[in-house]
Amino acid sequence: MIHFHPEKARAFVLDDERAHWHDKALWFMRVKRDRAAATVPEWESLRETAEGIKLHTLSRLADYLEEFERNARANGIQVHWARDGEEHNRIVHGILEKHGVTRMVKSKSMLTEECHLNPYLESRGIEVVDTDLGERIVQLAGEAPSHIVMPAIHRKKEEIGDLFHEKLGTPKGLSDPTILTEKARGHLREKFLRAQAGLTGVNFAIAETGGFVVVTNEGNADMGTTLPPVHIASMGVEKVIPRLADLGVFLRLLARSATGQPVSSYTTHFHAPLPGGELHVVIVDNGRSSMLSEEHRRKALCCIRCGACLNTCPVYRRSGGYSYSYLIPGPIGSVLGPHRDLKGHASLPFASSLCGSCTDVCPVKVDLHHQLLVLRQEAGEQKLVPLGKRVGMKAASFAMARPALFRAAGRFARFVLRVAPGLARVGPGAIWSRGRELPVPPRESFADLYDREEAGKPEGRS
Amino acid sequence: MTARDAILSALRASGASPVPAPRHPVPVRQGDPVARFLESVTSVGGNPRRVPDAAALAAEVARLPAWSFPRRVSLVPGLPGGTVDLAAVADPHELADLDVAAIPGEVGVAENGAVWVTGASLGPHRAVFVIPEHLVLVVRAGDVVNDMQEAYGRITLPRPGYGLFISGPSKTADIEQSLVIGAHGARSCAVFVVG
Repeated sequence: MIHFHPEKARAFVLDDERAHWHDKALWFMRVKRDRAAATVPEWESLRETAEGIKLHTLSRLADYLEEFERNARANGIQVHWARDGEEHNRIVHGILEKHGVTRMVKSKSMLTEECHLNPYLESRGIEVVDTDLGERIVQLAGEAPSHIVMPAIHRKKEEIGDLFHEKLGTPKGLSDPTILTEKARGHLREKFLRAQAGLTGVNFAIAETGGFVVVTNEGNADMGTTLPPVHIASMGVEKVIPRLADLGVFLRLLARSATGQPVSSYTTHFHAPLPGGELHVVIVDNGRSSMLSEEHRRKALCCIRCGACLNTCPVYRRSGGYSYSYLIPGPIGSVLGPHRDLKGHASLPFASSLCGSCTDVCPVKVDLHHQLLVLRQEAGEQKLVPLGKRVGMKAASFAMARPALFRAAGRFARFVLRVAPGLARVGPGAIWSRGRELPVPPRESFADLYDREEAGKPEGRS
Repeated sequence: MTARDAILSALRASGASPVPAPRHPVPVRQGDPVARFLESVTSVGGNPRRVPDAAALAAEVARLPAWSFPRRVSLVPGLPGGTVDLAAVADPHELADLDVAAIPGEVGVAENGAVWVTGASLGPHRAVFVIPEHLVLVVRAGDVVNDMQEAYGRITLPRPGYGLFISGPSKTADIEQSLVIGAHGARSCAVFVVG
């Protein structure tokens, strides 16, 4: 197996204090999300509507993209199409080359992470500066984002102070978030002022009006697109929505689900280039059309990248973003990654307790835990599950189909655990007892208890 | 085949059966929108104030600490005190040391404290929304709506080509989720409701 989630998670969980800190930080976001959702009486019907709009759009995606393209062109926006990440990078580089750009600022875009745009441009002599604070922190550290909304959620403030000292020459020992943010503001302000082009992602593209919306809290997308004359926006084909009014539904859900805010600080609608400048939109497929063609995978394309499923996931909270092999971690990444390459990400569908919390918080009602279950079945069929688990599941299935054997095995296990509890901590089963106190096994099973109760009942009662 | 045609035909071949577009839910009204708007502005880190008329607005704005800085832009009709004339600025980079901008909002949103502002007559100076150290936003009480769904009923696009909702000052919580005001854009955001 190329990558195994439990192996990657091991280092993270061994640092008990940090694992708990991470867990609490994410749970805090989940609590904020709950509070924000509760302020909107029509929350559930908004989720249903958002899901409905997305499913409707996906059912006529080509039509809406054409409508978007037509209207965008009429607005003076240049529209490009890219079948894959490489083509996307080539188009972006071509635009930058035409304008002689050597310094570009970028606001958060998971799509450009997916396309590996930064190394592509850097190897061609273009400086790419990520301007979202969290993104800049991980970029300076040479890391990938560990969360799609809060990229540096895994880093402690002291570590960020050390990083800024090393990379930005700030005084040693800074750890106050306000001072660190101020240092980053000064550093990035200079980058904004010197940039010759700005690149952003796209949160929503509107077919009806031929424009698109980018949301940030920091204002970095706005700084990066109002100073340099060239703006490039990269969007996946699934980002289009039919009408301007649909934004009213999505924007009521997005920030509340993501961070518990009633809306992000800046929700910017781009419908024309900066006067005297150029505005380019690159529409990227990169595997999305194939996901669309498979009915049970299609719904994953509804995702609006709020990160709520990460914040609520008991496995993500306790294992960290870097334990996932796909660039988007958490439940949605464990669906998207294996949809692209099941073999390469075969352990991800198992990085879940299938508790369904992800599905419950999703603002567009993606059936995440169902998709994870389906992916597990596919991984099983393709023998992508470790041998130990395959044999174990076969054995369990054999025993469960034979009641007498199942009861005998239960009696044996209760006996062994009572006389020699230490045995549960050795051998292949130890993975479940490591770091846990084992309960004292009961003397009899539920089935024994039930049979005894039934036998003792007077006739006629049931 | 061009990339465009290849992508569109792949999407058309995906066989998704038609799904009708849903109706939007009708939001539940929750109290006086102006009162809620003022509360929401506070909750997103802004400083709200209600004034009866343009004269009171001018007096209140003049008293703001942010308005005492030298490089000021006023785009609000009838609000004096601006020292920088955007029409005389050739390049938006010259706005780098702008201290404060007063901007008229077209719509205020009660549920989240957001104010809709547009770049209708700004030319190349869209940066005026994000580059100043401080922002002053001005909305008429009659332009405050309940929620975002209602707000989109008032907004026209694609003209004027550029518009944004601003909800409070610029902020970040990227370092250990500590809320810090003033990430890249405004460090403070005063919001006036007139009328």
